[in-house]
Amino acid sequence: MPCNTVPIGSNKEISPGVWRLEAPFSGDIRAGQFFMLKCPEGAALLPRAISVCDYDGETVTFLYQVVGRGTGELSRLQAGDKLTLTGPLGNGFPVEELQGKIALVGGGIGVAPMVYTAKVLRQMGKDVHALCGYRDVPFYADELEQAAGALDIATETGNHGAKGFVTGILEPSRYDAVLCCGPEPMMKAVTGQCMAAGTPVYVSLENKMACGIGACLVCTCADKDGKNRRTCKDGPVFRGEEIDFA
Amino acid sequence: MHKLETTLCDLTLKNPIITASGTFGYGEEFSPYMDVSRLGGICSKGLTLNPKEGNYGVRMWETPSGMLNSVGLQNPGVAHFIENELPIMRKFDTAIIANMGGGTIEEYVEGAALLDKADIDMLELNISCPNVKEGGMAFGIKADVAWRVVNQVRKVYRGKMMVKLSPNAEDIVAMAVACEEAGADAISLINTLKGTAIDVYKRKPVFRNTVAGLSGPAIKPVALRMVWEVAKAVEVPVVGLGGIATGMDAIEFIMAGATAVQVGTANFVRPHICLDIIEEMEAFMESQGIQELSEIRGCI
Ligand SMILES: Cc1cc2nc3c(=O)[nH]c(=O)nc-3n(C[C@H](O)[C@H](O)[C@H](O)COP(=O)(O)O)c2cc1C
Ligand code: FES
Repeated sequence: MPCNTVPIGSNKEISPGVWRLEAPFSGDIRAGQFFMLKCPEGAALLPRAISVCDYDGETVTFLYQVVGRGTGELSRLQAGDKLTLTGPLGNGFPVEELQGKIALVGGGIGVAPMVYTAKVLRQMGKDVHALCGYRDVPFYADELEQAAGALDIATETGNHGAKGFVTGILEPSRYDAVLCCGPEPMMKAVTGQCMAAGTPVYVSLENKMACGIGACLVCTCADKDGKNRRTCKDGPVFRGEEIDFA
Repeated sequence: MHKLETTLCDLTLKNPIITASGTFGYGEEFSPYMDVSRLGGICSKGLTLNPKEGNYGVRMWETPSGMLNSVGLQNPGVAHFIENELPIMRKFDTAIIANMGGGTIEEYVEGAALLDKADIDMLELNISCPNVKEGGMAFGIKADVAWRVVNQVRKVYRGKMMVKLSPNAEDIVAMAVACEEAGADAISLINTLKGTAIDVYKRKPVFRNTVAGLSGPAIKPVALRMVWEVAKAVEVPVVGLGGIATGMDAIEFIMAGATAVQVGTANFVRPHICLDIIEEMEAFMESQGIQELSEIRGCI
């Protein structure tokens, strides 16, 4: 998990407010891991934690939503501009342990880690099915469908796929495990559904981070025992039932 | 002698760069990115006698050139530290400083008595903690309150003791002088400044406690001014910190009179930043024909 400053490959807006950035990287990356990204000359002080969306051994791809100063600066980088990457970080999904039929559930920008996760799982010969929820217009759906082999979509507006939340199209009893990444209310709902069905569920949490490597303790989330767990180092992936969702 | 070698009390540091409490864990997390033994020293996460789970809810908010944190001294407790985390820190060939706070004078004294028997190079007493018995105002606000806690700890801790001041003190110079009189072997400053952030969409404070601690480059001019004032007023060595992110920042603190410096928030910018700071200091000295830091220490 090195920290290097490299010229980026490309950086494009693929859907309103959603960007795809490619950067050179070599080394192992586990499904569900993330990097800390920082523009070396940027005004934002801290790097931003961004999930790995895809990786082919040479190029790592990130999808990110522009929400504030840090991601705004990222979006202004052009091919060849320098970016500091620290990672890969975090535990990632326990892909080796998963058996049977696995559902990958993404909500909004939470679809990003599911692309690489689907690839890794299918390379291991595992059976995956992707389900994604968007507000209105899907993004990266073709890439995810290609990676996963099968994709169902729900949109809040009903303009694409089923109308409503992704929880409306998820039947946890059909799967042996559910992997989930998205807004917290969605992960909470998916965890509830899976627990009711007795299906193991893994959630990839998002939190504000500073160090990203487990040292500063600003990124903690509370577990059911009231213990504060580091999202960056003990996570970002946790068993859904472990987490005390707000 | 190496150009940056620094004597702090009776400790010989490889260089004046020490990592600040709460920003470097116990060193281990950074070892994949840098040779931690190249540092002048490491301060532990802020310890308390008993383990603390810290604050719930949002703990961090970035601000222009800085950050607010509300970690709430999450730590495993002094005894656990001595048994588990200290041996990990000790593997690094650098000065090991244990940072400790407390909610009551008794807690400070009991924790310090345990650390007195531990293999640490220095104790850093964090007096920015709220005084639980006296309305929650930090020990580090009023000089007479700080004098009492430092004086009591001095009676049980025989090693070198540095007292870390809060910039929220009523009078920073009076505070430093009181701590020196009470037996401090060194003074470090500054801890975080009190700040607030509001989530305008929720119309609520970002932090459950409303108030959080501001750190990073945003506080550097305040820290530098305080270090300058304190260094003139006390005999004991002063360790300066607050917003240091480059070699030039560190040199400024040395010129303001600091013997050594600490780097906190900048460790989050890139994990090996302290090594860059050391190299930038060396390059500056080279270019300016400075043989030893003593030539420029307190030169303003
Ligand atoms: C996340 C975080 C945790 C901190 N925890 C402690 C602590 O446990 N004890 C302490 O004395 N200071 C603590 N501090 C304060 C720093 O050690 C330092 O005094 C302050 O951040 C100013 O320096 P900087 O601007 O270089 O960060 C913490 C600071 C941060 C940002
Ligand atoms: S971001 Fe520092 S511990 Fe997680």
